[in-house]
Amino acid sequence: MARDGGVSCLRRSEIMSVGMESAPLDLDEVHVLAVDDSLVDRIVIERLLRITSCKVTAVDSGWRALEFLGLDNEKASAKFDESSNFREVPVVIMSSENVLTRIDRCLEEGAEDFLLKPVKLADVKRLRNYLTRDVKLSNGNKRKLPEVSDSVHASLPPPSPPLTLSPDSSDSSPPLSPVEIFSSPLSSPIDDEDDDVLTSSSPESLTTPEESPIRRQKMRSPGLD
Amino acid sequence: SKNSEEIALFFVYQTSHLLLSASSSRVHTAMDSLIAQLQRQFRDYTISLYHQGFLDDQFTELKKLQDECSPDFVAEVVSLFFEDCEKLISNMARALDQTVNVDYKLVGSSVHQLKGSSSSVGAKRVKGLCVTFKECCDSQNYEGCVRCLQQVDIEYKSLKAKLQDLFNLEQQIVQAGGRIPQ
Repeated sequence: MARDGGVSCLRRSEIMSVGMESAPLDLDEVHVLAVDDSLVDRIVIERLLRITSCKVTAVDSGWRALEFLGLDNEKASAKFDESSNFREVPVVIMSSENVLTRIDRCLEEGAEDFLLKPVKLADVKRLRNYLTRDVKLSNGNKRKLPEVSDSVHASLPPPSPPLTLSPDSSDSSPPLSPVEIFSSPLSSPIDDEDDDVLTSSSPESLTTPEESPIRRQKMRSPGLD
Repeated sequence: SKNSEEIALFFVYQTSHLLLSASSSRVHTAMDSLIAQLQRQFRDYTISLYHQGFLDDQFTELKKLQDECSPDFVAEVVSLFFEDCEKLISNMARALDQTVNVDYKLVGSSVHQLKGSSSSVGAKRVKGLCVTFKECCDSQNYEGCVRCLQQVDIEYKSLKAKLQDLFNLEQQIVQAGGRIPQ
């Protein structure tokens, strides 16, 4: 379901034509960042992804996801702007709730796809197939990191072209592939339960309207607590 | 006379060889029938668990993720699930103990988590109870919540015992040298 699949494919063929064929490219190596606050779900999604030849890092919250991505400090957030390479990271949402309006909203806000829980092997295989087509090659041989996230505190990237990870954007974290998967948070005190997939902060922090500017800013980052 | 000795020895050898294979084949047959019996039991028990609604499709999905590299995957996941049950039920019991000042949001959130993980492992009955439980939380129905909590507790323990029996059967089959039917 890539919205800009055409662009990504074009880039890849461009890169290929510049003589990268000589480099030993492992086109199937995809690194997924899975975020889920449920241990059971984390284990299952990890296994699902491993079986479909993905490298997986599983974390239990949006904050840990940011940590992993190297976006958990002031300096990092400042660097996180329109030109950030993170924009090329596709996001896929996972939720146990089949609410069409919310699903549509997720997709409008920039999510690549939506998986209904419980997630099955066929779902992940399908995802894997079109990720393989769409992923832009980063510097070197490693492909970008898809993020699979089912977080209580999920947030969505803004509705614009996906993020690209630049080589120097995060010194401490590994190169990322362009897919993030978030699922609907379990509950939120702000909106009613039906809308909780769109909240981007933890229940205890987002309780007042004054917080919304922060939320707006934070919405730009992939996965937030 | 040398010839007859050789022949006699040969004859003895052949006979003993026959006896050996006969007895080993008898043992082999006995083993085969034990394995077959265990496999039948395993199949029947599995079918009944689905039939009686203890397990659903998602449990089948989990089994797909099990292989020689991860031979205990299902057992590990369900074990984590049961630990989750214990923890969440304990949290909810504590919250409901407040009687008058019950934090229904907390209980509701725990039910939601339980519903999620039961759905992920195919624990159909537990999941179903969570739906009812959630409704009681939403309507702040104290009696209903207490009842649901009790039922969920009974149900997860019941499933835990049944799956333990199933895993034991699996182990017996493997120890007898057989394959686990899919």
